Amino acid sequence: MTEAYNPTQLLACVASGLLEDNSSVFVGTGMPMIAAMLAQRTHAPNLLIIFEAGGIGPQVPVLPISVGDSRTFHRAVSASGMHDVMSASQAGYVDYGFLGAAQIDPYGNINTTVIGEWEHPTVRFPGSGGANDVGSLCWRTIIVMRQDPRRFVETLDFVTTPGYLDGPGARERAGLPAHTGPYRVITQLGLFDFEETTKRMRLVATHPGISVNDVQDASGFELLLADEVGTTNPPSAETLATMREIDPTEMVIGK
Amino acid sequence: MEVLQTGEGELIGWHDPDDHRAWVAEHKSRALKDKRTTLKDAVDAYVDDGALMACGGFGHIRVSMAAIYEIIRQGKQNLTLCGKTAVHDGDILIASGCVNRVEVAYAFGHELRGLSPASRRAAESGRCEVVADISNASFQWRFLAAAMGLPFVPTRVMLGTDTLKRSSAKVVEDPFSGKPICLLPACYPDVVLMHVHRCDKYGNAQIDGIGVEDFELARAARRLIMTTEEVIENDRIRESPQDTFIPYYVVDAVIEVPYGSHPTLMPGRYYFDEEHIGEWLRLSKTEEGVAAYFDRYVHQVETFAEYLELVGGAEKLEHLRKVEHLEAPLEAPWLEEKRK
Repeated sequence: MTEAYNPTQLLACVASGLLEDNSSVFVGTGMPMIAAMLAQRTHAPNLLIIFEAGGIGPQVPVLPISVGDSRTFHRAVSASGMHDVMSASQAGYVDYGFLGAAQIDPYGNINTTVIGEWEHPTVRFPGSGGANDVGSLCWRTIIVMRQDPRRFVETLDFVTTPGYLDGPGARERAGLPAHTGPYRVITQLGLFDFEETTKRMRLVATHPGISVNDVQDASGFELLLADEVGTTNPPSAETLATMREIDPTEMVIGK
Repeated sequence: MEVLQTGEGELIGWHDPDDHRAWVAEHKSRALKDKRTTLKDAVDAYVDDGALMACGGFGHIRVSMAAIYEIIRQGKQNLTLCGKTAVHDGDILIASGCVNRVEVAYAFGHELRGLSPASRRAAESGRCEVVADISNASFQWRFLAAAMGLPFVPTRVMLGTDTLKRSSAKVVEDPFSGKPICLLPACYPDVVLMHVHRCDKYGNAQIDGIGVEDFELARAARRLIMTTEEVIENDRIRESPQDTFIPYYVVDAVIEVPYGSHPTLMPGRYYFDEEHIGEWLRLSKTEEGVAAYFDRYVHQVETFAEYLELVGGAEKLEHLRKVEHLEAPLEAPWLEEKRK
């Protein structure tokens, strides 16, 4: 029997499953933290978690409020600084980067800067933070976000962080490190990868109870479909219990 | 070297490296002298109207809030902020009206707490101008270039994006690899506020935990106002010189302010005061609330000790110590509101 779970818990669970033991992951605020902590407490005990403010290899005791929180270097192998961790990313030491987004386009470019014109924005978001750095430098970027037609758009108001820019080879032409880019997108509806020849987003699995049509209806652009669209595994009762330990005040998983 | 692309953002804080060397030769003393002073005098002496300023720490981690309150109390005007992960520091400074221009790596947000009502209102109404966008790594590498006395440092971030288009960086062809590479201009803030765990009276400082980008920022600063949890003997510095994170010759003023980072987090000492930050986030939804907050916590208090009494005194500070050490659970009133 499956315990009831909310979309956030499902997202975190699916995201966590993408992280392998003995790999390194650059983690942002919120859901990425839950996913990385969950992986470390389940299948990936030696996951090397890296935070942009300088926490390297912590055993995070409880969900941090900030990527610079003391929890981000609790029992860490190093309490360093941004120059060190960003340089390590630039030098190729970081396998996965974990990002959130306000808007995404079919090539996995993301916007966290403005809605509307840059000079006179309708909504001003916080900006890149470390997102552009993570999306530029990590080998594989995983994007976790809520999906609806205003967030999954054909053209972004502002490209904050590079995905595949305008298609195959564009990252390398721009000077970004070779063989990097978006790897997976996870939303409350499904899991996506990027089709090799076009570098456009492709639906590979839906969450339980969600149809392919539901996912397409919540997208502002035409989605590519994998030959066989699978179904993701819902979190077990044990996984849900671990998530509640990680985030006891339900700051993130309560939503 | 061919310039392939020039960012359209305003170039702030850049100086020709020879001009900066000359400025350092003239203005930065190498004398081992007692720099202890008051915040009132330090802010008066080193924060000029129109200055480019930056805060050490990480937006709501190890921020010199005591120095920020003093800037607001003295009514400094037309300041430009290096929005290098500006969180509570940037929100308060923009809301106060002291800062009306910002270069943004991260601003107008409170991480998990959500967006910052007051500073976001200022940005969307045009009251606070965004002069450029940039990324976090890029901003700290701008400080690295300055700390190294160089005109720029190369990097492989921002390429191909609107973040670069709105930054002050340039893209050139790297003469070694032949690939496009992004050049980040040095950034020398006129004044930097920094809070540390301990330093001696000359300014030799130790920090516990992550340094974030303070190693680079302290050395990029033209003027550095340093508040500290405690002033220690110079002998203690000399007993473990490997722990000196910032050397005295880049420091201009030393002020002992215990809990001077409240309500932001001081690693190993005290956690975020979520009750106080929550009060700010609630009040700052309206301009009246912003004014009420500054009246109560800045304009009507004489000393930082008085402020600490106002926010809950010894009992509150002991609670924050316990939360920091995982001896008490986190309570965050803003969470309740978020859940509604």
